[in-house]
Amino acid sequence: MTTLTVRQNRRKRTSRNGGSGSSMWDATLLTKVMLGFTIILSAFPIYWMIIIASRTNSDAVDTPPPLLPGGNLGENIRRVLADEDAQFITGLVNSAIVASTVTVSVVIISTMAGFAFARLHFKGHKILLLAILMTMMVPLQQMGIVPLYRLMVELEWTGQLQAVILPYLLNAFGVFLMTQYTEQAVPAELVEAARVDGASTLRIWWNIVLPAVRPGMAVLGINTFMLIWNDFMWPLIVLAGNPTVQVAIRNLNAQHSTDYVMIFTGTTLSVIPLILVFILFGRQIIGGLMEGAVKA
Amino acid sequence: MSLHTDSGPTVIAPAPRQRHAAPGSGRRFRSWLDLKAVPYLLISPYFLLFAVFGLFPLAFTFWYSLYDYDLTGSEKWVALGNYAELLSDSQFWTAVVNTLAMFVIATVPQLLLALMLANALNKRFRGQLFVRMGVLLPLVTSVVAVAVVFTQLYGRDWGMVNWILSWFGVDPIDWKAERLPSWLAIATMVDWRWTGYNAIIFLAGMQTIPRDLYEAAAIDGASRRRQFWQITVPMLRPTMIFVVLNSTIGGLTLFAEPIMFYGGRIEGGSNNQFQTVAMFIVQKGFNEFEYGYASGAAWLLFLMILIGSLINFLLIRRIGGRK
Repeated sequence: MTTLTVRQNRRKRTSRNGGSGSSMWDATLLTKVMLGFTIILSAFPIYWMIIIASRTNSDAVDTPPPLLPGGNLGENIRRVLADEDAQFITGLVNSAIVASTVTVSVVIISTMAGFAFARLHFKGHKILLLAILMTMMVPLQQMGIVPLYRLMVELEWTGQLQAVILPYLLNAFGVFLMTQYTEQAVPAELVEAARVDGASTLRIWWNIVLPAVRPGMAVLGINTFMLIWNDFMWPLIVLAGNPTVQVAIRNLNAQHSTDYVMIFTGTTLSVIPLILVFILFGRQIIGGLMEGAVKA
Repeated sequence: MSLHTDSGPTVIAPAPRQRHAAPGSGRRFRSWLDLKAVPYLLISPYFLLFAVFGLFPLAFTFWYSLYDYDLTGSEKWVALGNYAELLSDSQFWTAVVNTLAMFVIATVPQLLLALMLANALNKRFRGQLFVRMGVLLPLVTSVVAVAVVFTQLYGRDWGMVNWILSWFGVDPIDWKAERLPSWLAIATMVDWRWTGYNAIIFLAGMQTIPRDLYEAAAIDGASRRRQFWQITVPMLRPTMIFVVLNSTIGGLTLFAEPIMFYGGRIEGGSNNQFQTVAMFIVQKGFNEFEYGYASGAAWLLFLMILIGSLINFLLIRRIGGRK
């Protein structure tokens, strides 16, 4: 699929110069209505979540349902944070620690490997890269869950954060993305020129590659953070009694199944950090997604 | 190429040359080390992790699947016994059918909608970034959050979906009680979260199609619809393969939505009516401690994913129209 990439990139460039001035590309009224409707559909469940989180349980089961926020958000947040079974604060802190540790590590590991695969020559280069591509097709999380769990039991790591951090560091997509990105952002001649000047490989990585691939690192970082923050299956299994935020929501749900307001408030609290990240970095996230897609 | 490639990499200062006139052989060794060993050093963290958290669990999953474990932790060699038992286990087959059905119900409309949406996003209008962010907003919310909200919307007594349906004279539906309604409910959760994402990916693919192609087709009198099916869809094939393979893996490993739909429990309804294979694995492995049985199911799931990916890959190749 990599050869397609090159062809597509070339195509893209020519298309920019192509006559895109004609009016056939203007959105019709129907298109605009459809887009508006999609945005409403996208936003509504999140809006609904906030409405319920700011109301009382009797409002939540009203017909017709309430469509405006109420004034109970502060009280509801206090109730969620105080609930001892759900351990919500623990969950938030744990998720922040896990997601940021994994993000930083994955970005470093992927940038190193990406540089090696994109610009260095070594034996086994092709087959190792192929191995990485193949692992992207294997749902390791579901496949290897039993031995991984038993490994964690042997190490007495169940309930401890390293039990979720370490397996997440394996991220084939990250290496793939950074390989692609380095190929594009760091010209081979530049690496050769630095060599002639006597720079060592590590120095080239640090002084030339890292500054050049920073945008790619940002994209990978944001994606990894969201992925880890939202993950559910592995923490649910291995972190008994010491939940991440997603597991804390599940605990709220299991223990207060009729207390919608409380569940929705917890869910709102878990989503807000990511929505903030999204609002701040929306442009980069979308750019990164689109770039990664055309390359894969 | 929306990310800037124009910010040229900083030029490094030339390294101090031969500060201590090292003996020739030492320098040659260091340069050999630098050229031959450092590349492996750079990729070693990844492959170390790959060995411990990738290869080891995969191999041991297979090893475990050949043993029968009981609650006391004692093990007995059963060769392929677990697989034989799985293939005659009606709960396993229920989970397989549920997983495949939800995959199809969720994926087919999702990809069609995503294509239409991408086509709309590819037009010229104001506020592009805002619209794209709006479309992508569901992706930011966690699967668990999506499931919590939708489960409430699909509530039997006070859910908004039943309330809206009641305007059209539909009696309240107990969405969790039976197979088809629960599949539909879960499929909408999946679609809400992923349609926008796939639309953005399709959009990226569409932007690589030269616009002159459409203009030439328009001059030849081809309608919009015809342009879409004869130019856009065939040219999007590589992107479609990416999206469909992604959806296949994601769909067949569905886990969080059906769990949250049943209040955080693993059984997927009173008769397992919406239990997926991934849930089955976790139930057997971690609630009933049948490590061998769960491992066997994991390999069968992997097989399902391989076959599913292959079928979808071949399907998409045909859609492209080239023989």
